[in-house]
Amino acid sequence: MAVAIRLESCAKTFADGTRALEPISIDIAAGETVVVLGPSGCGKTTILRIVAGLESPDGGGRVFFDREDVTALPIEKRGVGMVFQSYALFPNMTVAQNVGYGLRVRKLPREERQKRVAEMLALVDLERFAARRVDQLSGGQRQRVALARALAIRPRVLLLDEPLTALDAKLREQLRVEIDRLLRSLGITAVYVTHDQAEAMALGDRIVVMERGRIAQAGTPQEIYLRPATPFVAEFIGTMNRLVGEVVDGHLVVAAGRVPLGGIAAREIMFRPEDVRIVEPGAHHLRATVVASFFLGDHTRLVVDAGSAAPLVVETRARRKWPRGETVHLALAEGAVLALPGASP
Amino acid sequence: MTGPSPRLSPKAEGAKRKPARYWLQLAFTLAVCAFLVVPVFMSILAGLTQNFFVGLNSGLTLRWVGEVWGLYSDTIWRSIGIALACLACTIVLGVPAAYSLARARNRLTRWIEELLVLPVAVPGLATALALILLYGTWREFRASWLFILVGHVLFTLPFMVRSVLAVMMSVDLAALEEAAASLGASFPRRFATVVLPNVRPGILAGALMVLTLSMGEFNLTWMLHTPLTKTLPVGLADSYASMRLEIGSAYTLVFLVMIVPLLVAMQWAATRMERKGA
Amino acid sequence: MDPAARNTRRALLLAAPALGGFAAFWLLPMARLVSVGASGPDGASAYLAVVTNPRYFRSLASTVVLSMGVTVATLAISLVAGIFLQRNRFPGRGLLVSLMTLPLAFPGVVVGFLVILLAGRQGLIGDVTSWLFGEKTVFAYGMGGLFLGYLYFSIPRVILTIMAAVEKLDPALEEAARSLGASTWQVTRDVVLPGLAPAMISSAAICFATSMGAFGTAFTLATQIDVLPITIYNEFTNYANFAMAASLSIVLGVITWAALAGARTLAGSGVAAAA
Repeated sequence: MAVAIRLESCAKTFADGTRALEPISIDIAAGETVVVLGPSGCGKTTILRIVAGLESPDGGGRVFFDREDVTALPIEKRGVGMVFQSYALFPNMTVAQNVGYGLRVRKLPREERQKRVAEMLALVDLERFAARRVDQLSGGQRQRVALARALAIRPRVLLLDEPLTALDAKLREQLRVEIDRLLRSLGITAVYVTHDQAEAMALGDRIVVMERGRIAQAGTPQEIYLRPATPFVAEFIGTMNRLVGEVVDGHLVVAAGRVPLGGIAAREIMFRPEDVRIVEPGAHHLRATVVASFFLGDHTRLVVDAGSAAPLVVETRARRKWPRGETVHLALAEGAVLALPGASP
Repeated sequence: MTGPSPRLSPKAEGAKRKPARYWLQLAFTLAVCAFLVVPVFMSILAGLTQNFFVGLNSGLTLRWVGEVWGLYSDTIWRSIGIALACLACTIVLGVPAAYSLARARNRLTRWIEELLVLPVAVPGLATALALILLYGTWREFRASWLFILVGHVLFTLPFMVRSVLAVMMSVDLAALEEAAASLGASFPRRFATVVLPNVRPGILAGALMVLTLSMGEFNLTWMLHTPLTKTLPVGLADSYASMRLEIGSAYTLVFLVMIVPLLVAMQWAATRMERKGA
Repeated sequence: MDPAARNTRRALLLAAPALGGFAAFWLLPMARLVSVGASGPDGASAYLAVVTNPRYFRSLASTVVLSMGVTVATLAISLVAGIFLQRNRFPGRGLLVSLMTLPLAFPGVVVGFLVILLAGRQGLIGDVTSWLFGEKTVFAYGMGGLFLGYLYFSIPRVILTIMAAVEKLDPALEEAARSLGASTWQVTRDVVLPGLAPAMISSAAICFATSMGAFGTAFTLATQIDVLPITIYNEFTNYANFAMAASLSIVLGVITWAALAGARTLAGSGVAAAA
């Protein structure tokens, strides 16, 4: 049942002149979950709406489901299941009526419809709520109804537009797990749009990072995180430290010390906070002073001044206090150093 | 909010000794209310007493009401009929118009909104004159109750549109429609199953408003009517001018009996909508 | 076709029936009215007659003065009563509010009749004054009665608007003023009234426009009262002076429309009069 999706040279300019999307092409395999990630205004929702059929791409753009060209097909006929950011549940209907709406439209006989609705509600753990009205539900419950409603019609593709954004942090984490479980067990092709990179990393088989209407990078979560292709991707995903200095003898020399470059020849390097260790003096690469520390429960985030343009961020699991002004000695783990194409050599 | 609230609830305010200001304002408000209500009671009484000049001592009677019915029952039926027809027209014309104003929010729709309000912003007299000057020579139209209906629809349509539009704007229609479309529903289907049911409170409030306005409309109707197409307010004007006070009062009483339930229903519908957060 | 464009086009089509009816039954007739207004012996300068002709000017002036007087009085009365009602709870309050808003639906004719009951030859006020002072006060059949009548149908509307606006006021502003030492009167003058300004502007405009265009009340009280709507009516019905009636009613329409449009720009929300 799952189909592959293909976008060919899809661009979008809106009636008022805003260029939301530069021509992009994406291939999504059947059964794959692709997360489109990016800050607001990057065009990620536009991509989703083009796949859905709610917007049409500028001339020349094409959308394919498997080998079928669906570009001219309106959303009513595309057979997609869509979960909206605001859930868009019908206030005039009960939960069961909402979930069964698409089936009623397809004129499914009543018995079969009721069976399918019950099946869907069981899938999202809401059987007890079948007769409730929508305004009596909590945010998390509404989200699950929206999911059940989209899945009830057995769509070829599931499209989710920032479905967890409206929920609080704890609930978001919980539902993230549930959605992941659901997507895997159903084996459905899914396109998931979000600005939350933790969500993207957790749910995506592949992530497409968008910046201002263009694809900045597309790859697995590991590729995106460990080998960011552009400075934007590097800084959008997680936190990145930057150091600029002189290359001398295979090391980057800066005011605070020297960092072994391990084969990379670049004046500017990047590394992740969790790849920095606090060590004894002598075994260190850099010397820095503590500017601020944030105890986050399972680890502590240190902001340190190493004489560079911006302070460095270091993560440590050592459970102690870090007073302002204290000197720390830092060492980078092997392979932690990244240089980017376009960084000055 | 931690600690005791600095604001006194209205109840706590009242528990303190009330300043003279309070009593003065209360007296003033009661006086205003009396000004508004006393004449109505006088009128009701006048319509039910045997002889207004003698007063209550002459005894209560329904004979004036009976006479009013004998003289003016056709106007009463006609007003009801026109009001219902007006309601039907404003629903058929107004609900789609409100939808278009809600969905296509651009400069054109703002102009349309302004246009539709014009028959209300401009005195009914002018609208009526205009209608007579253009269509007066078309005999059948001029002499029929449809002529009056046209005036009423022009005047009440903006109220229906505004009422429905308000509800439509408070519900995210676009998202609901897209959701229904994603589930395969064609436009007529989703208009009937998703859009309309969710604007019912707006249609109800608008309907009550239209009925009330149509039943009480005079400025337009006086110019547009003919001796054969009199409505209730037109009959009222007649009776005030030519009949004795008791009959005019009884006729007014009949009018009140018809209109007050509508007003009460409007107030009830309004509080219900407020509670639902529409 | 682009779904967004398709939606917009379909939405606009749905407004077509209403617009079509509107064009046929209001726009066209109005155009004819305008042209008839210019078809009399004075031609297009008939539109200036309201200023050049002393009789019509007097009629316009008295209508404007009356409407303004009604507006000011209604606002003052409604502010005092409206703020009080919205901010104080007492037994019977709900009933009081419902009673006060009853006259909303009364047509001008009924209001005229009620004014006669109050201030006419057999009116209540006449009885009271003759009992108190030995002289019967009758003022229903002139401007005094008209003023009373206009007050009667304006107060309910304005009170409701004011009460709704008072409810939406942010109490924190008044609390801040009080914490800075302002007396009740100062708080009212400096915080409450400015906060109510949009509502006051829009209800003043509605009140003014309604009074300018009101016909039924004056008609019931006496067809000789010199207000513009009655003048227009007389020109049309009694003198068959269609051109004059047309031009005068266009001028009246422009005045009421301008009052409402002006208030809308000032107050920034939807405003319309209902006669």
